[in-house]
This record gives sequence, structure tokens and C-alpha cells, in this order.
Amino acid sequence: MANKIRVATTSLAGCFGCHMSFLDIDERMLQLVELVEFDRSPITDIEHCTNCDIGLIEGGVCNSENVHVLREFRANCKILVAVGACAINGGLPAMRNHITLEECLNEAYMDGIGVENPQIPSDIELPLLLDQVRPIHEVVKIDYFLPGCPPSADVFWKFLTDLIEGREPALPYELVHYD
Amino acid sequence: MKQFIQCIAENNQHQSTHLLKMLREIQDRYHYIPKDAIEQLSELLNIPRTQIISVVEFYSFFHLSPRGKYELLISDSITDHMLGKKNLLDYLAKILSVTVGEVREDGLVSLGNASCTGMCDQGPAGLVNGYALTRLDQPACDQIAALINQQKPLVEWPSELFQVDDNIYKSGLLLNQPYVQGAALRAMIDRGIKATLAEVDGSGLRGRGGAGFKTATKWKFCSEEPQTERYVVCNADEGEPGTFKDRVLLNSYTDQVFEGMAVCAAIIGARQGFLYLRGEYLHLHDKLERILEQRRQNGLLGTNIMGVGLDFDIEICLGAGAYICGEESALIESLEGKAGIPRNRPPYPVTQGYLGKPTVVNNVETFLAATGIAVNGGDWFASIGTEKSKGTKILSISGDCARPGIYEYPFGITVQTILNDCGAVDVLGIQVGGPSGTFISNQEFERKLAFEDLATGGSFIIFNSSRDILDMVNNFTHFFAHESCGFCTPCRVGTALLKKQLAKIVDGHGSAGDVVALEELCQLVKNHSHCGLGQTAANPILTTLERYPDLYHSRLKEISFEPGFDLDGALATARRLANRDDAGAHLAQTESEHE
Ligand SMILES: Cc1cc2nc3c(=O)[nH]c(=O)nc-3n(C[C@H](O)[C@H](O)[C@H](O)COP(=O)(O)O)c2cc1C
Ligand code: SF4
Ligand code: SF4
Repeated sequence: MANKIRVATTSLAGCFGCHMSFLDIDERMLQLVELVEFDRSPITDIEHCTNCDIGLIEGGVCNSENVHVLREFRANCKILVAVGACAINGGLPAMRNHITLEECLNEAYMDGIGVENPQIPSDIELPLLLDQVRPIHEVVKIDYFLPGCPPSADVFWKFLTDLIEGREPALPYELVHYD
Repeated sequence: MKQFIQCIAENNQHQSTHLLKMLREIQDRYHYIPKDAIEQLSELLNIPRTQIISVVEFYSFFHLSPRGKYELLISDSITDHMLGKKNLLDYLAKILSVTVGEVREDGLVSLGNASCTGMCDQGPAGLVNGYALTRLDQPACDQIAALINQQKPLVEWPSELFQVDDNIYKSGLLLNQPYVQGAALRAMIDRGIKATLAEVDGSGLRGRGGAGFKTATKWKFCSEEPQTERYVVCNADEGEPGTFKDRVLLNSYTDQVFEGMAVCAAIIGARQGFLYLRGEYLHLHDKLERILEQRRQNGLLGTNIMGVGLDFDIEICLGAGAYICGEESALIESLEGKAGIPRNRPPYPVTQGYLGKPTVVNNVETFLAATGIAVNGGDWFASIGTEKSKGTKILSISGDCARPGIYEYPFGITVQTILNDCGAVDVLGIQVGGPSGTFISNQEFERKLAFEDLATGGSFIIFNSSRDILDMVNNFTHFFAHESCGFCTPCRVGTALLKKQLAKIVDGHGSAGDVVALEELCQLVKNHSHCGLGQTAANPILTTLERYPDLYHSRLKEISFEPGFDLDGALATARRLANRDDAGAHLAQTESEHE
């Protein structure tokens, strides 16, 4: 089929739990690939995204590389979506925001129990950490937010099918009700 | 300390409803609430220690870690800012060698900010160990610093520092009314209680605290409750920035206010009343107690009032720095010795108020009016004002005008008349009703003060054309975020987000969608918050955005998005620790800048 909807996905400071949940749409994946084509994504191993319709971002922004990836997605995706608690609020990784970065790095690489050859890594190949973990909407413009940790497979399904079929995405209460 | 706490608990009959009073004494003596004191109180009062800690943490005048022996707070109201508060605070920090928000190393002094202390007509103002300081300037600061460094007790400080003036510039129906102690009670007894309620009804009096509920209806509902143990509460929390008329009424019309409470008590059948006095008005406390005592001596309070078998007494309860405690159900929680978190309404206080009993809560000015109506009858009051807003309104006028102070006007008065009277020229706009009210522009000066048009609790802050509206909006937005009680998410999180989103625009990081995002956030906070605080917290932004959209849009950049924080700056620590400065160790603020 020509003109499939192009979708890219990535995980920034996330745990891949959101991606796993996405895969939980199970056999509906077969229906989905009829309609969409995956561009850059952990499931394709394509390294850079180009001209996509939808970008799904899991995880918040914790380092400079996350910023570059996020910008690449923003520049190449018509619709950019924050997926899951980490992308929306910073989530679990943002728990370090209450501790200074210096203390974090010292604990991990200098004074922590069992540290050998203490030194803070310094290599131009390594991305630097931001002093705080940020939700992605503080760094680029985000069009939609899918709540949940992770959002359920049904949330992904409902959201994507709404978009693909040209409806304004809407999540019914059952899908965003957590207790 | 053990003995001291023991003593306090005994003096308060081990009643946990008096927790705030006990904590106030402990804070006074130790300059914080020590852990051991909490443990001991928890045993003595038989309440969990976590409950005490939550109360300590809730009120801004209580602290879990020591404050200075002299605790100096400077009022952060916009009116204080207009009078040079910022420079003064910096100056104090410098001469006292103390950082704002902290305690000096020797423990002698701490310096901080307080929400509006209600001295807007005589600022910049502050508090030292809870007592109001007015008209602060550099010489006064020098004097204060010297007194602190010499460790002079407050009683030996010069009284000019603490001088609080009434500044009444225009009196009307209520403020001009001659008064003889007991006259309202006398008139009520002669006329009969039912007939007096009918007069209050006929007067059309509506509550002066902001919401404007009809007073007689509230009293009637309460009197019809099956529960016979009932209470009267006078709301003297007056926390709305720019409001200070209740302070003046309590200072100079004290008897009339207490008498209005007694009239209400007789009508609804209450034997106990409370005056909930905001902590910032501590300077009035002893005077109020003296007048209560005098009224008891004169047979106007206590048992068998005026020999007709009425029993009623009034207790003064001091707040501890929480704007939300002006909301009536939060106020009742506070009276019960708890954190001031608004209750679900209904049930309204008239059915389930203090200790779950029917309770009438009214503003200070409402009781003052009730006294006048009891003496002179309903028509006296109803003959003045507009159709839906009878009588007069007492305004607290501050900001850019020649004569800031107290003005009483019949309802229906135009804004322009008020501006002429107080000597305001070159006016840009006015904040009517405080931050939770409305900002009106200079195109709207023919509008009228009345429930039908511009409703107000009395705050009237004037801004001339040298002022930046966004400074004001920013100050108010910070106020709400600071005063949010934290109970519900739309307000707790929403007010913090409003602050952030507004700062993003004001600081020039805003772009195309940011004003829309701000407005959406405003609607969310407004429509989903639990109580009036959250429901009005977005008003400063909404009312100015409506009138001056260009003001907001002119701050936006012509790009699709920019982060609201310094992206490259956020890498500074990591750069230093990794000892790097290569190109890969930096980030451009926006993508376009990069290319
Ligand atoms: C956040 C908030 C603060 C309030 N502060 C005050 C106050 O300081 N004084 C006051 O009289 N009413 C205040 N009110 C209104 C009271 O809840 C209540 O309506 C009023 O005391 C009733 O008295 P009235 O009918 O005489 O106006 C406040 C309401 C809210 C929501
Ligand atoms: S939202 Fe939950 S599942 Fe998704 S990345 Fe974060 S922690 Fe993992
Ligand atoms: S709206 Fe704000 S002040 Fe009111 S209950 Fe919610 S958090 Fe507390």
C-alpha cells in the first residue's frame, strides 16, 4: 500500500517499558503494519528519522544526547507525542532532581561503596548530564501526551487508530483510570 | 522545657482545639517547635505527633527548625513592592549580614518574606516577632538593625516603628454612625429577636467578605437547624492583598463589631463566638481582649446579658500566616486546631460548622453593618446603594494615589469618583477586589462598585502608567502558588505551573504556542480546583490577558518553541566535573540557533 503513515519511536531517559507495552497490542500489530511503516525505532534499527507523520517519545530528557535526539524527532515528525510518565513529568529518573548532579556523580564514580579507580568519566563520545531531568515538553513542543507508566497497549491502539483514521484522539475514562 | 509544655497544656485544658494557641507560645519562646515539644504535646493532648507536625508545617509562622531570636519578615504585597520593598529587603540583608530566608549564624536574627501584612496604605511594612512594622525606610532599617544587634527587647523599641494609623479619609453611613455601647442589643431586645432578623432581612445586607451571600438568609438557615449548640464566627483573617479595612474596623469600631456578633448570636441562638484574627494583626490582640473584658463588666457579654437571660461570650483565636484560613470552612478547621484545609461544601457551615455544629461565619464589616441595622432598622440601610447591593462598602485604597487609606461609599459609586477622591492621576488600571478579583483598565472607569458590576471585598489597588502590569501579575501569581494549601492537585500543581509558564513568557523564552498554553492552564486551574483560592488563582492572568493580549504576545519570540530554562547552563556542572569544553559539551538554546 502506498502512502503508509510513517511512525518513529525512541526511548530517551526511559526504561523501554513503554515500548514493551506498545508491543502488547499483540496480533493487532499485524493490522497496524498494514497501515503504518516504522521509521527510526528500536524495532527497526534505523538510525535517523526522516519525514515522519508521528513520533512517539518514551522517557524524559536527562542528557545532551537526549536533547539532540528529541530535536531530530521534532524536526522530522509532524506530530510528536510524549508517551508515559517519564516523558510527561520526568518520572522515575527525575527523582535525582532532589540531589545535586555533583553529589550524584560523586556517589556513583568517586565515593560510592565498591568504586575502584575513582574518576568522573570524561570522553567526548559521552553525552553530558543535565543538572535536572526534564519532561520533554520543556525542551521541544509536544502535540499529545499519553499518560500511564506505561500507557496500556489499548491506549496506544486507541490513540494511533484515532490519528490514522483522522479523528481527534480521545482516551475514554477506562483507559486513563489507574486504580 | 518539659514543665513549660506541661503548663501550656494545662492552661488550655488539654484541648486539641487550642493547638494553634499552644504552638504560638512554643514558637515565641524557642523560636521554633522542637521535636521534643511535639512528642510531649502529642501525649498530653492525646493526638498523633504527625497531626501536630502537619499543623506546624501548614502555617507559615510555625517552624520545625529554629528561626532567629528576632524574626524579621517583610511584606511581599505588590503595594509594598511599589513602595520600594525589594531594595529595602536587600538593604536589611546587607546591614544585618543575613541571607533572605535564612537565620544568621549567631541565631540572633532571621529575615524573610511574608504575604501581604495588611499595611498597604503605610508600607513598606513588615513584622518583627509577629508585631507589625510600618513605613519602613533606610533609617528605620538602620535603627532596627541596631536594636537587634544590641538585643533590645521589643518593648523597649521606639513606638514609632510600630505605629499603625487608621487613615480614614471618607466616612459614610457606617463610619459616621454615632454609637452607644449596648444600643444595638437594647434595640433588639425592645423590638424582639424575630423582628430584628426581619430588619436585617429588609436591609438587604449581603456579606462583605467577598461572596456577597445575603446575611439574614444565612442567619435564618442557621437558626432553623435542629442542633441547638450553635456558633458565631467573625472572619478577621483579612488576607486578600490590598485589604486592610477590617484592621481599621477592629481598631476603631471594635465595640460595634462585637455587638454585631452578639446580635447575631441572639438571633441564631449561639452561646459562643470566635473572632478569628489573622496573626499579622497581633498588635490588636491585647486591645481587643481589653474591650471584650470591658463588655463583660458592662453586662454586654457573658451570662444574662442586659438582664434578659441571653448568654454569649467571644473568644479571640489568632491565625498563623495562611491566606486560605479566610475561606470559611478552612477557618473553621483552623479554629478546631487543625491545618486550614477547606472542607467539602455542602454541608455548609450553617449546618455543620465548628465541631460539626451549625455556625455562622461573617466578615468584620458585615457585623458592623448588622449593629447599625439593629439600631436604625432595615430601611436606614436599604435606602442607600443599588437595587441588588444595599448600603455602603468600605474600601481599602492603596497604590498610586495621594491619599491611600479607608473610604466608605454607597454601592453604585463609579470608579472615577473614587479616583478623584483619593487623588489618583495618570492611572493605568486598578486591581479591584485583590488578586482574586479583576484588573480593570483605564477604559472602564465609569464602571460601578456593586455586586451587579464590580464586586469587591474592599481591596482597591491603583497602578499609574509607570507600572508594568506583568510585574503585578507575576507578584499575584506567586502569591497564590505560595498560599495554595496543597490539598487538591489542580491548584497545588497548577499554581506552580502558572508561575513557571508566566515566567517563561515574561523572561522572553516564550514562543508561538506559549500564550495559548498559559490560557489553557488558567482554565484548568480555574475550573477544577476544590475551593475559591484555586478557582480565582488564574484571575490576574486571565483578566489582564483579556485586556492586554499584546502585552503578552509582544514578549514572544518568532520561533515555534524555546525551552523555558537555560539549556546550556544546565550542562555547566557536568562540564566542570568532566573537565570538558568541546563543542559536544554545549547545547544551543534553540535548534535554529544551532544551524
Ligand atoms: C481563599 C479565600 C479567602 C477568603 N478570605 C476571607 C477573609 O479574609 N475575610 C472574609 O471575611 N472572608 C474571606 N473569604 C470568604 C469567606 O469564605 C466567607 O465567604 C465569608 O467570611 C462570609 O462572610 P460574609 O458573608 O460576611 O461575607 C475568603 C474566601 C476564600 C475562598
Ligand atoms: S513511563 Fe514507566 S514504563 Fe514508560 S519509560 Fe517511564 S518508567 Fe518506563
Ligand atoms: S483550591 Fe488550592 S487552596 Fe483550595 S483546597 Fe485546592 S489546593 Fe487548597
